[in-house]
Amino acid sequence: MIRIFEKEFNSFLNSLIAYLVIGVFLTAIGLLLWVFPENVMDYGFADMDTLFSMAPFVFIFLIPAVTMKSFAEENKMGTMELLLTKPLSDWDIVLGKFGASFALTLVALLPSLIYYFSISALGNPAGNIDTAGVIGSYIGLSLLALVFCAIGILASSLTVNQIVSFLLAAFLCFIFYTGFDKLATLSGRFALTIKQFGILYHYEALSKGLIDSRDVIYFLSVAGLMLLGTKTVVGSRQW
Amino acid sequence: MSLQIQNLTKIYGQQKAVDNISFAIGEGEIVGFLGPNGAGKSTTIKIATGYVPPTQGKVTVGGYDVVQQPMQVKKIIGYLPEHNPLYLDMFVHEYLHFIGGVYQMPARLLQPRIKEIIEMCGLGREQNKLIGSLSKGYRQRVGLAQALIHNPEVLILDEPTSGLDPNQLIEIRTLIKKISYNKTVIFSTHIMQEVQALCDRVIVINHGQLVADDLLKNLVEQKGNSTVTVVEFKFPVSQDDLSALPGVKKVIAEGNQFRVFSKEGEDVRPELFRFAAEKNNSLLSLKHEENSMEEIFKSLTISPPA
Repeated sequence: MIRIFEKEFNSFLNSLIAYLVIGVFLTAIGLLLWVFPENVMDYGFADMDTLFSMAPFVFIFLIPAVTMKSFAEENKMGTMELLLTKPLSDWDIVLGKFGASFALTLVALLPSLIYYFSISALGNPAGNIDTAGVIGSYIGLSLLALVFCAIGILASSLTVNQIVSFLLAAFLCFIFYTGFDKLATLSGRFALTIKQFGILYHYEALSKGLIDSRDVIYFLSVAGLMLLGTKTVVGSRQW
Repeated sequence: MSLQIQNLTKIYGQQKAVDNISFAIGEGEIVGFLGPNGAGKSTTIKIATGYVPPTQGKVTVGGYDVVQQPMQVKKIIGYLPEHNPLYLDMFVHEYLHFIGGVYQMPARLLQPRIKEIIEMCGLGREQNKLIGSLSKGYRQRVGLAQALIHNPEVLILDEPTSGLDPNQLIEIRTLIKKISYNKTVIFSTHIMQEVQALCDRVIVINHGQLVADDLLKNLVEQKGNSTVTVVEFKFPVSQDDLSALPGVKKVIAEGNQFRVFSKEGEDVRPELFRFAAEKNNSLLSLKHEENSMEEIFKSLTISPPA
């Protein structure tokens, strides 16, 4: 697994993908937080809500772009046959690829900590920021990235075409993020249940700074389910 | 036995790709696996390497069952898939390092081994290049290098020379000959000369069925008891007249030309001259063919499925 992880991560670093992802993410978030109207300066409160409410939308586009290549290209180039005839289990391959995509996303997320320190310093008095809320939000955002990466990997395993993989992943991420939430507003009786299927409900709960095991389990189980699906797709050659 | 295949059958949907074939390959043998395109060579190989499962039958490699113990099998096999898939965005050195890592070779042994393999496969000058920038012949060498990196007991090569130019073909053949020392090698091809150049034993399949499994020289003896004369006349002649000539076994018309098969030990060329003279016809060409490798291949594989 570690070999696949290394190979995938190196391939991100050796191509433009890694730098592009990090650059685009930080630029987009930076603009939304500091420059565009209704930024943190206009707002007057030392908090990072803009970052945490906008980052998932940036991820909806960025993460599928990171993951779209992972299986689609191997399937297309025939290198999947090479990997699958090496002493690697299907899980090794799936988790290695998933891990590399997730790690890249975390690397992109890491520099945004600077915004925390700068906003904290701008507070009156300095340091007047809801640190617990920020920590909870970062954990929530990481878990959200985890789920998006798993969705992206699954979408990539289903096709040989990277564009199809990207669109499918972006669409699924969107559905999981806000789709269920919007759906809930349409239905009367089961509104809460449907809402709880979506990511937004659990993400907002974590943003308050309260790490509820139910929310964490939700994220982990959705990601696990997606990876299980991917493993099944990879193993389907045996059917 | 290094590789043992027992009653192997593979069905894709409605189609029987491999139909109940059995053979065994001993340690250190080099075997050519021959058949026309679509005969089931690649399918058999994909099953033997654990990529796809058999529908029926049993395959063992080095004593391990490919279905029950795929990991052990994969560890002792070196495999070059058909069309030689490679990561074009990796460097040769990096790629071999990755593959060595996948086989869990300790770093201490891996570095000298990569050096050795690069030397052996003649990749010295190309080792710091991107795989995507290499020519097809060199890519094939990289493919062979990755199959050999962990010093496998069994080497399985699926059409290792397809699509190469004649010079590259000879280079790769020489390389295979060199690396096959001390290993069990099975390689598939649809080119008879390749078998002749590389190995003693040949397994021929057609329409998923085993049609021959013998030493090459035995095949030549069995199938090679008639010689072929290709003849072309200026004016049309009837096939029956040719067949009636003494010493002629059978005649096949190929456009304006006739392939005349002679009986054992007989030379029909004087008869053909006489025939032409008698009919006031002219011979445009007359070519004597030793029973060629192609002829044997044709005679084994041209028959429709039983």
